Amino acid sequence: MIGSIEVLAPGPLTTVQDLGRPGHADWGVSPSGAADRGAARLANRLVGNPEDAGCLEITLGGLRLRVDRAVEVAITGAAAPATLDGQPVGHDAPFRIGPGQVLAFGTPSSGLRTYLAVRGGVDVPTVLGSRATDVLGGLGPAALRGGDRLPIGNLVDHQPPVEQAPVRPPTGGTAELRVVIGPRDDRFTIPALDRLLHEPWAARSDSNRVGVRLDGPALQRAGPDELPTEGLVRGAIQVPPSGPPTLFLADHPVTGGYPVIAVVLDADADHAAQVRPGQQVRFRSVAGPVAGDRGAG
Amino acid sequence: MRFLPCGDAALLVELDDLDAVLGLHAGLQDRSLPGIVDLVPATRTLLVRFDPSLVSGRTLVRELGVLVGTATARTATSASESVEIAVTYDGQDLAEVGALTGLGPRGVVAAHTAQRWRVAFAGFAPGFAYLVGEDDRLQVPRRAQPRSTVPAGAVGLADTFSGVYPRSSPGGWQLIGRTRAAVWDADRDPPALLRPGTWVRFVEAG
Repeated sequence: MIGSIEVLAPGPLTTVQDLGRPGHADWGVSPSGAADRGAARLANRLVGNPEDAGCLEITLGGLRLRVDRAVEVAITGAAAPATLDGQPVGHDAPFRIGPGQVLAFGTPSSGLRTYLAVRGGVDVPTVLGSRATDVLGGLGPAALRGGDRLPIGNLVDHQPPVEQAPVRPPTGGTAELRVVIGPRDDRFTIPALDRLLHEPWAARSDSNRVGVRLDGPALQRAGPDELPTEGLVRGAIQVPPSGPPTLFLADHPVTGGYPVIAVVLDADADHAAQVRPGQQVRFRSVAGPVAGDRGAG
Repeated sequence: MRFLPCGDAALLVELDDLDAVLGLHAGLQDRSLPGIVDLVPATRTLLVRFDPSLVSGRTLVRELGVLVGTATARTATSASESVEIAVTYDGQDLAEVGALTGLGPRGVVAAHTAQRWRVAFAGFAPGFAYLVGEDDRLQVPRRAQPRSTVPAGAVGLADTFSGVYPRSSPGGWQLIGRTRAAVWDADRDPPALLRPGTWVRFVEAG
């Protein structure tokens, strides 16, 4: 440990995240990791860390912290206004904070999750190779609380770049997410597929790291009701017989028993993680990687 | 066998039965194909998550097709690990399961210990394994009202499955007993005691 972060206030929900623990789904372990992987990777790159170093995922701002030694940090993801001892600091570019200085996050005006990387990484103990908090599986460290001290590690692999990263923060308005139809589209009527793709949806307030729960039109089933339990992926849109569909995020269950009508593209699952409660979502169908192979074999 | 699309970074392989699923799962563990990130076996399907920057979906479909031909040779009788789990049969739902099945409480214990179970797949929580038996004598519905807390080590039944709760959690399975066996220990390698394909024999704790 080279230094530590002292949490003064955690905000609504701040967790330690990295790129998760893929490869153990057959033991019932979700991939977990940053809900917006692109933003977490960028934050780490900006401070010279490996992309999979531990960082903080800050949900709707509110985090206040200080460090006990000077360190490079970078903020990415949802544009939560941040201040260092009251002075505004920028996003998507590294900057230095000194010992005792207070870094504080306001509420982002759009987007949901902001990432803070610290040069050297947030070095909490790993579980199955990852420092990520899995809120569903109960693996990894607990969500941050006031008074917590988090060790800063020495996992650096390059000098921080000096320039601003050319990225656009998540915006408000309607989020358009690309989907591949299936695997269980045959369990739904044609009008249901039409509604999925042509009517607006909205994220519910009971959404979390497990998934975005969606308000929208009813999606009528066709064919048999029974579906044996099967594997789920991040981005899967699962439709229970009653109640809202869920678009799964990082901490999704590894298996489920309700049909998945469509799956959001892997890259767009990051955008789904930035959709705020109440925000509108539209789905657009694109061809999958095995288009034309359906029913083969 | 059918390949169903599952986004741009996964395929759902639909197979004939659980033996075929476990055969392909074991085949992929023996001979891992480049680009595969995660495997999720289930009752009739194997979900294959892959990294599209390392392997294309089309290549994977071709390679999985070849592998299924050879993997089916690994059948239900192939050498998988087997574990014995000692159970104290004093679960809160033992009497009800005895009534639902017509076996009576002692008959439930006899049926649970007499058959060989096999881990079909995992889910619900890290280390929670869905075990399938040899007959359907113990097939019971889930409880109408799930419990808000089921203790770690509780042994339950639901539908055609038996399972052991790895940690304290809410749960809707019918509880017939408890075990001291640690089915999940994150500090152990591997952490999960019950992995797909593992054979399980329940014995009554003395």
